[in-house]
Parts: sequence; structure tokens; C-alpha cells
Amino acid sequence: MSAPANISAVEVVATSKIFNQGSGKQVDALLDVNLTIQSGEFVSLIGPSGCGKSTLLRLIANLLEPTQGSIRVNNKTAAQARLDQDYGMAFQQAGLFDWRTVCKNIELPLELKGWDKNKREARAIEMLGLVKLEEFGNMYPWQLSGGMQQRVAIARALAAHPPLLLMDEPFGALDEMTREYMQGELLRICAETSTTVVFVTHSIPEAVYLSNRVVVMSPRPGRILEVIDVNLGSKRNEQTRAADGFFRSITAVREALRGTHAEHVAANAIRGAEDR
Amino acid sequence: MKLAGRIAYRTVMFVLTIAFVTALWELYKIVGPQDGGKFLGVRILPRANDNAMPHVSTMLSRYSRPEVRGSDKKIWIVVLSGAWFSLRLSLVGFFLGTTIGIGLAILMARFNLIRRGLLPYLVMSQTVPLIALAPLVVSWGGKLEIGSFVWPRWLSASILGTFLAFFPIAVGTLRGLTSVPSAALELMESYAASWKQTLFKLRFPAAVPFMVPALKLGASGAVVGVVVAEISTGLKGGIGRLIIEYAREATGDPAKVFTAVFGAAALGLTMSGLVAFSDLFLMRNRPKETST
Repeated sequence: MSAPANISAVEVVATSKIFNQGSGKQVDALLDVNLTIQSGEFVSLIGPSGCGKSTLLRLIANLLEPTQGSIRVNNKTAAQARLDQDYGMAFQQAGLFDWRTVCKNIELPLELKGWDKNKREARAIEMLGLVKLEEFGNMYPWQLSGGMQQRVAIARALAAHPPLLLMDEPFGALDEMTREYMQGELLRICAETSTTVVFVTHSIPEAVYLSNRVVVMSPRPGRILEVIDVNLGSKRNEQTRAADGFFRSITAVREALRGTHAEHVAANAIRGAEDR
Repeated sequence: MKLAGRIAYRTVMFVLTIAFVTALWELYKIVGPQDGGKFLGVRILPRANDNAMPHVSTMLSRYSRPEVRGSDKKIWIVVLSGAWFSLRLSLVGFFLGTTIGIGLAILMARFNLIRRGLLPYLVMSQTVPLIALAPLVVSWGGKLEIGSFVWPRWLSASILGTFLAFFPIAVGTLRGLTSVPSAALELMESYAASWKQTLFKLRFPAAVPFMVPALKLGASGAVVGVVVAEISTGLKGGIGRLIIEYAREATGDPAKVFTAVFGAAALGLTMSGLVAFSDLFLMRNRPKETST
């Protein structure tokens, strides 16, 4: 997690996204968002439904085009970064292909890149080791539990060794026990692969436990309310969840979500209240 | 061994169904009115006499007797070779129908404009009566000259099979190709996959559960098309021709026409059986609830 600090993995500058512009159903999904994510950082996007956190993630992924502003990923345009497979992506639904074995699912992005068979298989085995599913390579996704499926999805997202991992509520459908286990696993995997992560979530403890920074967003129009630094060090484990700093950060995020954290956001909070 | 279990289950169900229909037929012959039931002068119940409804045993034993009196050619050989002839035409029709159907489905899935423009005409094409179309296809084929290629008469019958087969295949495949979850499409987009890659790695595999029933419909459609074409164009050698020939002798030899009718039914079953077998193969690694 302590990568060189001045290489930016993601740069979002003055970016807005407006759906159905000019029509009666116009939605200001994002308004004037600025965000720079350093290489090696773990950044969570948190906020209520409709705050544009998933939209922001999809803009970074170049699955959506911004209405205004510019987005650079890995010092390239977002479009070029997508073409170069500079990021991997994981969604709330694992989204594995039923007709492919676990191994073949992990190999999918490599196949699309045109890797040859031996290289693909070697990488798939390496990735299975990373997510601790060595014995499950020849099974089909529907034979695995939800948590295991999600681990396969992470292995698939990281198969091409992209420097950036984009995750949209990946643990949202898992039970609490599995969820905490997966959080620990994700931190371990990211540390081993020194991957930068942008992580969308609804859960405050999840965001705090995982992140170096938590980006708190507000809806209508979606924008960044506050960015909170989480100083829990780079080694996190089950004791972290009981640490004072953990609870302090949770409180900070919670108050920011209510828009009452500090004086310098008061103006924003009032603007937010007016919008409602 | 789950696969073997499912095959066994289907076989048992098939035999039971045949037994049930046979029992129903014979039961009606016992309780049904000999001259049929009339209501306000309209016959609503079929005649139960041996001329209209021969005993199942009579129909079956007819297979072992000669086709025409004095001939040494047993009728089961004639029916079998007729069915074999029609099966080959049906396979040609089914193959062409599958190619055209899947081709159209890909075009319609790729281009919205084509889908909106073409789909209504495809639906309309299926409302054209086959009987009217058959002689047309024969005469068009006869006029066709492509180098040294001479249009054989049987090909017209296959084309009519194609005509009935392509439609369900096109519609079913289209449905399958476009029913992919948006998250999966987003995933492929995030990998910057080309449309062709998405088609072969995502859309087609995802479409298989939709395509199998469509192919079954297409297979039986091909048989119907071929048999009807044989009847309406008088093409010799197939099961369709046998049906009309034997139907003319229905008064003297009522069981005879049924031998050919069963032959046609067996032909249809063979065709959809081929598809069903491919279904068991294609779906062997899928979640079980989707393949019953």
C-alpha cells in the first residue's frame, strides 16, 4: 500500500455527467467532480443511492462518457486505458459465465487479449492460488458458494495484472461473515499485487476498514462532499475492527454523510439542503 | 451418470405416453358411436367403426403384409425407404433453415434497423399458405440456371422445409442473443472486446438454452414442409407421396394409410430427437434447473 506517492492512477478533473440532457427527464448524476487517486491507494466511494458513485466508477472505466471534464487513467485517456485493459472490474453480481469452468472464466480477459493457451493456463493457476481456490479450477461457477464466486470474479479482474481494480459493491450480496472474510482477502490480494483500488460501497465500516481514503458523496446532483483520510496503517487485521481509530473514522464518515462534519463543508451542506 | 438417468427417464415417459394414447384409441372404439356423434347435423364425434378407426393391432400387422396384393414387397420396407428419402430432404431443409435463421438472427441482433425492418416481414412470411407456395418454388427452381447446376426437383421440397424451419430458429436465436444480462455486456465492454468476440464468447453461449427449443421447432417444421411439398408437388419417393397414395385406398384398406402416417410421425420424432440429443450434450455443464 506504500507505493510511490506522486504517480496518479486516476485523475478526474471538473467532470460532470448529465443523463437525458435537455429533456424533461434530465438527471444531474455528477456535478463538477475533482478527484485524484495515487498509485497504490485504496479509495472507497460512499454515499446514499443516487449520489453518482457508480456513475463515477463507470466514467473511470470509460463505460460512460463524461458530459464535461476530463478523466485520465494511468496517464492515458480513459478510453485508451480501457482499450489497453489497464483496469479490471468486479460487480455486485460475480457475473461469471455458467458455461465456462472457473479456470476458463479467469482466462476470459486473457483470451480477449489474444494470449496463447499455455500462458493463459499458467496465469489462471497463479490467480487461483492468489484467491485460494486451487482445487476448484475445473468446477463450474454455479457449483460454488457466493463468496467463492466473488473470489473468482476478483481473480478474473486481476488476471491480466492490471494496475487498477474497479469494484462496484462487490460484496453487497454476501452475508456479513463472508463479507468480512472477503474484505481481509481483498486487502491481502491488493497488497500482494500492489493494485490501486476504487471501491464503491454502501457500508461505512467496509469503506473504513479497506480504504486509505473514503470519498463521501451526496445525491441530486451527485458530488463529492468530503474526502476523509483513514489512518489505520497498512497492516490491517481483525484487531483493526476493534481499534479506536477505526471507530473515529467511522464516526467521521457518518457525520460527513449527514453533512455536518466540519466548518469547511458547512457551505456544501447548506447547498445540499437547498437542493432537497 | 445423471445424463444416462435423464435419457432413461425420457424413454420411459415416451413409452408410457404411447401406451396411454393406444389405450385411449381402443377405449373410444369400445364406447364411441359406430357412426359418429352428430349434434344439429354436424358430426362432432369421429366414427368408431373399423373403417375410420382401425384397431391398433390391425395397423401394426399391416406393416408385415405386402404393399399391393400379389407383390412380395412388404409395406414396412416401402414406408421405411419413403421415410428415409424424406428424412434426407428434411435434413437438407433443416440445415439451410438453421444457417439462414442464425444468420438472420445475428444480423438482427447487430443492427436495430434491420431488426425493426425485417422482423414484421418474417412474421408475415409464415402466414403464406405452404400449399400455395410449393408449386411456385418448383417452377422457380425449374427456371433457375447457374452454370452447369441443374435444380433437382427434390430441392424444392427441401426449400419448403427451410421456409418453415428458419423462422422459429431466427426468432429463438435472436431472443437468446439479446437476452444477455447487461452486467455481462458491461464486463465485455470493460475488456474492450469487439462485437465479434462478444458474439462468440458471450452471446452465443448464453443463447444456447433459447436455441435448443427453437431448433426442435425448426426440425419438425422442416419435416412438415417437406411432407407437404411432396404432397402438393407430387414428388415421388417420399413419405408425403405415400400418404396421399394410401389415403385413396382408405375404403378398402383403412389401415394402410396409417402405416405411412406413423412413418411421417416417426420421421418428425427422429428429427427432433437429433436436436434433443444435442441438447443433452450442449447443456450438460449448465445449472440443472434450466434444462428439464
